Amino acid sequence: MTNIWFVLTRLARDRSALIGLVLIGGLILTALLAPVLSTHPDDVFELHPSERLKPPGPAHWLGTDRMGADVYSRLLFGARITILIGVIAVGAALVIGVPIGLVAGYHHGWFSDLLMRVSDVFLAVPQVVLAIAIAQTLGPSLPNVILALSVTYWPWFARVVYAETRSLQKEVFIESTGALGASPWRLTVLHVLPNIASPIIVRASIGMGFTILTAAALGFLGLGPPPPTPEWGRTIAESREFLPDAWWYAAAPGLAIFLTVMGFNLLGDGLRDVLDPRLRRGTARDG
Amino acid sequence: MTCSIRDFAAARRAMAELLSVRDLRVDFVTDRGVAQVLDGINLDVAAGEVVGLVGESGCGKTTLARAILGILPAGAARVRGGAVRFKGKDLLSQDAATLNDEVRGRAITFIPQDPFTSFSPVFSVQTQIMDLMKWKSPRAAAGRRGSSLFQRYPRERYRADHASVLETLRAVQLPEPARALRRLPHEFSGGQRQRLMIAMALLPRPDLIIADEPTTALDVTIQAQILRLLRALVKERGVSVLFTTHDLGTAHEICDRVVVMYAGQEMEDAPRDVFFERPAHPYTRRLLASVPSADGPLRDIPGEVPSLIAAPSGCRFHPRCDYATAECGAGRPAPWVVADTHVVRCHHPVDAPIEADA
Repeated sequence: MTNIWFVLTRLARDRSALIGLVLIGGLILTALLAPVLSTHPDDVFELHPSERLKPPGPAHWLGTDRMGADVYSRLLFGARITILIGVIAVGAALVIGVPIGLVAGYHHGWFSDLLMRVSDVFLAVPQVVLAIAIAQTLGPSLPNVILALSVTYWPWFARVVYAETRSLQKEVFIESTGALGASPWRLTVLHVLPNIASPIIVRASIGMGFTILTAAALGFLGLGPPPPTPEWGRTIAESREFLPDAWWYAAAPGLAIFLTVMGFNLLGDGLRDVLDPRLRRGTARDG
Repeated sequence: MTCSIRDFAAARRAMAELLSVRDLRVDFVTDRGVAQVLDGINLDVAAGEVVGLVGESGCGKTTLARAILGILPAGAARVRGGAVRFKGKDLLSQDAATLNDEVRGRAITFIPQDPFTSFSPVFSVQTQIMDLMKWKSPRAAAGRRGSSLFQRYPRERYRADHASVLETLRAVQLPEPARALRRLPHEFSGGQRQRLMIAMALLPRPDLIIADEPTTALDVTIQAQILRLLRALVKERGVSVLFTTHDLGTAHEICDRVVVMYAGQEMEDAPRDVFFERPAHPYTRRLLASVPSADGPLRDIPGEVPSLIAAPSGCRFHPRCDYATAECGAGRPAPWVVADTHVVRCHHPVDAPIEADA
């Protein structure tokens, strides 16, 4: 707990990381409090044909869409889907990628080569194309979007963990732990993993931004969760035919995606600096 | 002045050896060929003795230290022959589990060269020392160690072990041991970290500490402090030390006996004072003469250290040796006992104090 507090206070001192932190904090609050903050919580599923494409005003802060639903309210509920996609997809990519990277990094031999070549194959295929193929084959739905994203993102974690594990093995403290009889399990889980936690966390934060952007792209292409889910990417796709007159219809979710992705990227960069263990607890003493 | 190999063996037995390395041969398989990194090494460490293993970089000091512990790089290194006997057991024939249970980190501990990469940067010093003690404390029962991911550390033993850790940290003169334990490794200077390493090497109460150039990474004033401290601590506890170094001054400071290595062969084995005052091997004499002094020219040894892939036959020093004859290239000289515990492997040993050479 003190460590989390420490990281947060360090982050707050760095301006761009602070912006990232505020943006992500705002996104999480929005998602949690969507029913409270929204002005028309029922508009996610209700149609009001008479209210179609109203510009922003006191009744509808960000205007209304082609069904007459409140854009602002739908945006807030869209944040929930965005976070859901990001967290589950990155979480699944972590669960697949980290163990593969650890095993491949720890062992030296054909099996480790095989694992890394497989991850190379996944990296060589353009991510959006593979995600489209998966979403297209299995049908457009929220679980399939998450599946497509985690299947395409895990090699990034495997690569990072593999490279870090390999370089750690040359360190005396890892080598001696092995020489003293620690089992491979103990060595990788209790000694290697804590040492590579920072690059994993940084990669996860940047991965959240990337995954959310790809999810929006899939939604835009009609491969995301079907209507009436207030997914941001699909909202932009719907708004195209009403541009440039109903500008608010496209601008609101576009801005939301932009701020979310930027937030995760700034946070990731900030974490990269803050999680350096040499910064923890005071400075080095010489003597 | 010289005597037979049988007398040599008898003289050796009389020393109550703790560790004895006999005719150890280790090859490294490389892309360019097989390098004979250790070519028939003999080495003895008696109980309570501090033995210096001196030689240039790349002469096989570290390989010898690793071969004793059985931690040579897997795949590249190959033990071709010889024996490593420790307390009467042959270490080379033991399997890894037995070595882990009884030898590594228990009967033999290790002080690494670089105190900066020896600690994990993410855990406090206390976490790391207590993790060592959990498995390797003298109070920990022998048995298969370290295989389990979840292993309980009995509270009673933790308390007792923690007390010995504090006591040992005081012994290595680390200020405020209780506070120091809570810090992270980067909060210590190099000298303090090496004190921690010495403490960790002493804590399992080993019979032998292998110290692989433990002061090379430190600056000179700290070196002297650490050396004196290490010598005082091991003498007080009766622990033997095998101390590898390329620095003759360091060897003079800490050792009871010095063994000099050249290109994977041991050249001479002598008590410290004999080694520095009356060495018999031409290489030792050249090595001592090459120590830079404030006045006078720098006297290097002509020629180059040979490649170990195509090493010279016989005595590997013979192409650079002033005394070399055809005999030297034909076969490696057998060990000759000069006096008591002074052994030299040379066909033409010199019998004169060092000044005569200068």
